[in-house]
Amino acid sequence: MINIDAKNHVRGTSIYLDDIQEIHGTLFAQPFCAPVAHAKINRINLEPAMAMEGVVAIFTRSDIPGANQIGGIVPDEPLFAEDEIHFWGQPIGLVVGTSEQICRLARKKIEIDFSELPVVTDPRKAARNDSLIVPPRTFNTGNVEDAWEQCEHIFSGRVEVNGQEHLYIEGQGAYAWPKEDDSIYIASSTQGPTAVQRTAAAVLGLPMHKVEVNVQRLGGGFGGKEDQATAWAVMAALAAKKLQKPVKISLHRMDDMMMTGKRHPYSSDYRIGLSKELKILAYEVTHYQNAGAAADLSPAVLERTLFHSTNAYFVPNVRATAYSCRTNLPPNTAFRGFGGPQGKFIIESAIARAASALKVPADHIQKRNLLSEGDVMPYGQKMTEALAKETWEQCAREFDLEKIRQEINEFNATNPRYKKGLAVQPICFGISFTNTMMNHARALVHVYTDGSVVVSTGAVEMGQGVNTKLLQVAAERFGISSDRVKLESTNTLRIANTSPTAASAGADLNGKALEIACDRILSRLKKAAAEKLNAGEIKLANERVVADGEISDMDWEQLVGLAFSKRISLSEHAHYATPNIHFDKKREKGHPFAYHVYGTAIITAVVDCLTGTYEIDRVKLVHDCGKSMNLPVDNGQIEGGLVQGIGWLTLEELLYDEKGKLLSNALSTYKIPDMYSVPGEITIRHYETEGHELAIKKSKAVGEPPLMYGLGAYFAIRNAVTAFNPSADLAINAPYTPEKVLMDLYKKGGGQEKEAVHEAKQTELY
Amino acid sequence: MLHFVLNDREVKTAANPATTLLDFIRYDANLRGTKIGCREGDCGACTVLLGSVENGEIRYENCTSCLTPLANAHGRHVVTVEGLNMSELNRAQEAMVSHSGTQCGFCTPGFVVSLCGYALNPDTSLSRTAKDAVDGNICRCTGYKSIERAADQLQEELDNLGEAKTVDKLIDKRFIPAYFRDIPQLLAQIERHAFKHRGKQPVGGGTDLYVQKHDEMPFMEVAFPFKHQNGTRIWKEGDRCHMAPLCTASDMMKAPFLNESIPNWYDYMKLVSSNPIRNTGTVAGNLVNASPIGDLTAMLLALNAEITLKDPGDQERTIPLRSFYLDYKKLSKTPEELISRTSFDIPTTGKFNFEKVCKRKYLDIASVNAAALLEEKNGVIFKASFSVGGVSPIPLYLHKTSEYVKGRELTERTILEAAEVLQSEISPISDARGSAEYKRLLASQLFKAHFLNLFPSQIKMSELV
Repeated sequence: MINIDAKNHVRGTSIYLDDIQEIHGTLFAQPFCAPVAHAKINRINLEPAMAMEGVVAIFTRSDIPGANQIGGIVPDEPLFAEDEIHFWGQPIGLVVGTSEQICRLARKKIEIDFSELPVVTDPRKAARNDSLIVPPRTFNTGNVEDAWEQCEHIFSGRVEVNGQEHLYIEGQGAYAWPKEDDSIYIASSTQGPTAVQRTAAAVLGLPMHKVEVNVQRLGGGFGGKEDQATAWAVMAALAAKKLQKPVKISLHRMDDMMMTGKRHPYSSDYRIGLSKELKILAYEVTHYQNAGAAADLSPAVLERTLFHSTNAYFVPNVRATAYSCRTNLPPNTAFRGFGGPQGKFIIESAIARAASALKVPADHIQKRNLLSEGDVMPYGQKMTEALAKETWEQCAREFDLEKIRQEINEFNATNPRYKKGLAVQPICFGISFTNTMMNHARALVHVYTDGSVVVSTGAVEMGQGVNTKLLQVAAERFGISSDRVKLESTNTLRIANTSPTAASAGADLNGKALEIACDRILSRLKKAAAEKLNAGEIKLANERVVADGEISDMDWEQLVGLAFSKRISLSEHAHYATPNIHFDKKREKGHPFAYHVYGTAIITAVVDCLTGTYEIDRVKLVHDCGKSMNLPVDNGQIEGGLVQGIGWLTLEELLYDEKGKLLSNALSTYKIPDMYSVPGEITIRHYETEGHELAIKKSKAVGEPPLMYGLGAYFAIRNAVTAFNPSADLAINAPYTPEKVLMDLYKKGGGQEKEAVHEAKQTELY
Repeated sequence: MLHFVLNDREVKTAANPATTLLDFIRYDANLRGTKIGCREGDCGACTVLLGSVENGEIRYENCTSCLTPLANAHGRHVVTVEGLNMSELNRAQEAMVSHSGTQCGFCTPGFVVSLCGYALNPDTSLSRTAKDAVDGNICRCTGYKSIERAADQLQEELDNLGEAKTVDKLIDKRFIPAYFRDIPQLLAQIERHAFKHRGKQPVGGGTDLYVQKHDEMPFMEVAFPFKHQNGTRIWKEGDRCHMAPLCTASDMMKAPFLNESIPNWYDYMKLVSSNPIRNTGTVAGNLVNASPIGDLTAMLLALNAEITLKDPGDQERTIPLRSFYLDYKKLSKTPEELISRTSFDIPTTGKFNFEKVCKRKYLDIASVNAAALLEEKNGVIFKASFSVGGVSPIPLYLHKTSEYVKGRELTERTILEAAEVLQSEISPISDARGSAEYKRLLASQLFKAHFLNLFPSQIKMSELV
């Protein structure tokens, strides 16, 4: 089934936040923010701005009736700056006026007098200063100390992996208006309506039942609207409440990029030990996460980095430590993969380094260490229905890995200017919020007397197709045409206390709740039908009642009419909580994930060794969707996620200067993939299984995992560079921009600064 | 009074001519299908079509409405996604739906508009395909493969129409709505000269001004000094190419005589920005912008272009482009002077090459760009002119390097020695487009690339490393 929104999308009739028809008298607002990354505010002069025609009000922290606090996990983030500024772009206040343009001109007239304080942008420096968001955490398994003794080869080094701007094409925004009785309505472009509701209530000093949050759809989220849509919604609500007028905020792109956090940059140290047979015996890693100026979701992101620090490999002895470091960057936040991609990238880098030193293809090491059924991960979960080896085997066989390798070797032998590189990228990604208490959801179903059905859940549609999958669930459950079912907006009055739509879990959690709701209505309908038709077993199929195996005269509409006339409820509100998951943070052990998603990709790149430019030639992958309930939607997530991952590791370069100012602050300086820069070929195969019981309709979560195939792009390019410049010791510092590639191509071999250290006791392979 | 056709109806408005077409469409005309993504022409979410009658024929081009001053809609047909809707989906919409080319949908109207614009004007002569029509549209969800498949389907359906893709045929086959038939007649009634607006800030295409002065432009007193000009924007006289002030990069890209004379001309021009920007941005604007990294500037420096400057008293003077740039954004012209013509000799015997490296190959600003015009006979280079961008405060013509190469043998040794001279002429700085060290290395590499590309049988890569 094609995405149910597609027809409206192509006609331009889908309604996003900025498309809501403005109510008469609507005011517009724009935040004004810190022009420096760390400073003490001495004085703010609003007068010149207030004097402008069209400016209605300017709000700062002193205008907040409730708490000036929007931090979700840790209360460390004010809505408007207090006495100190902690990052460049931190909101200080909100200008409200009769037009957006007036607000934008007015805010330039606000004078902020401040005294600069030292700026820290380096997470390691923050860690040295003991400036941490939360205490560090360590996942331990086996005994790393003892294991080094048994290792034939030990390598250690440092890896840098930069952040990533979400670049949802729809920028952040919100539209709020006052309702009677001191209540407020907020239209928000958020992945987390409940977070907006809870935060707005706290800031406005209202009980949550007076704040209604509605989300129609998002023009892209990718995690960037999980926590970071909240501030704008709360600001709009604050202004609407204070002025008793509708107030709308739409951030311009440069403001959006400057004021919001991104995927976390990581700087990590690893040490990896291998046996003579290339088995990884020990892995030690220390991650320095650049959290930015406030916690936001960083502690949770950090946790997922630890969960995924060994990717799809089984390593018997592991010690993984992670520091969440407070710096003067915007608070970094959720982004598709949520710390997992960084954790995986570090171990892939360690393997790549070991492979270079040992002069073996990295995939020889990768393949020998893939996890198997029954293996216990460092966090204590015993892997069941493990498919790491299976997807690898199918991928290598179906796409003929050895032939690709041979072709590349031949190409490189005869081509002086262009070199090709190959990488194999396995993935294993855990599905569930790692915070167990978030794994529950609710669904509300009404069947109307004409047989039409409306569904509300806590899931937010942002292009991932969750509403399409939910519609399929309801239509199938009731045995009716999908035309009868409508998916409603996500609204906190209809569905309360939601978890954000995140962690790839939206369809699973909300879909399972929806199944329960449908089934309850269904069982009442069946009972009514059974009584009426005097039958034992009732089924619904193709809009008809099937009584004891016989298609009856009663259709869906008649059945609904019958039930209503019998005063049977045609509505249901159901709750679902993922079973069997738990995690003990004291021991750092448990069973945090409902299941895992697996897959393997083969990626090839070609580098122009004269100019340092490159193309990702081909990606061929085998992905584990379980039993896909919607191939167009799932394949769309695979292609889109893959390309986003490739973008992160190749073109997309976040740049802050030493004063903490974002230099890559627009689409002209921050480049995401365009149509020409994506792989020439993407071939997707599915690893066929019966699917997983805990996945909706046995169709596994697909939002995040495919992004991590993109890691292979880095290593494919690296291998091509090595083919041209085999003696150079290459640093691993993602993204691999054409600049870094060219510098590496012409880097002199060996050299002073050793990037990786080979600590082997015996070096016959070296 | 501005007068144009918006979708299927005429618009006469006293709205501020300096406001963007995007804001007018969304908030005055209340057509919300056109989206705001970046307001700097880099994402294509706000793409609309502009149709103009030229030589009795209506032609449509896509443009980013965020950088288009409303005044530039005067006398034209503005088509938004709503103007492409029919009771059923049109062919482009159908292709996008059936191939799942839309996920969150926010960029989708822009893609649909670009594809429909292509259907209206396929440039088959230049081996352009439907896929190339969406080079200015960015999508963050799909990874583009599904959109590519949709574009391929559309291309196939267009190919099936046969040679003459008349409006009637396109309407009949559901590529566009029926009202398109009536547009030329509606446009013919608009008085082209009706709109006059004389302020201090001259605007051509607006593609740079509306980025640089994003907030201020709607409040400025703008002038559209060339708006009244009609007729050919690029032409050939003998072996000389001339461009009028409103000549766009697209005009230059598609000029048949340039494509005939300069091998790979179309591919070089494809490296410049994107379709919608090339359709709007003027060559003259690119020159006066004086960006040290301007692509057209680099090309025209190597081609030894001349510019004619005209003052308000209609006094004209012609100077070589190579003497136009004095220092960073400092030009050899008075504030009142405007470029009234740009001309250069079309290479007939010389070989031209253009190189550009950026993070992303297309729709990106170069880290370093470089152009060369070389003429070789019997193994000796007797004409050489090189330019390079991004490594100096001004778009740089490499006087010394060019002099050095002239008269020398075409050998790897000459190239390596000349690259040393080049290094003495440049002074790159570190910024968002790369470190100074990188730009130095890259400038030499692109210099070598000229020779490798122009003389593949004589010059070996292995000898240049």
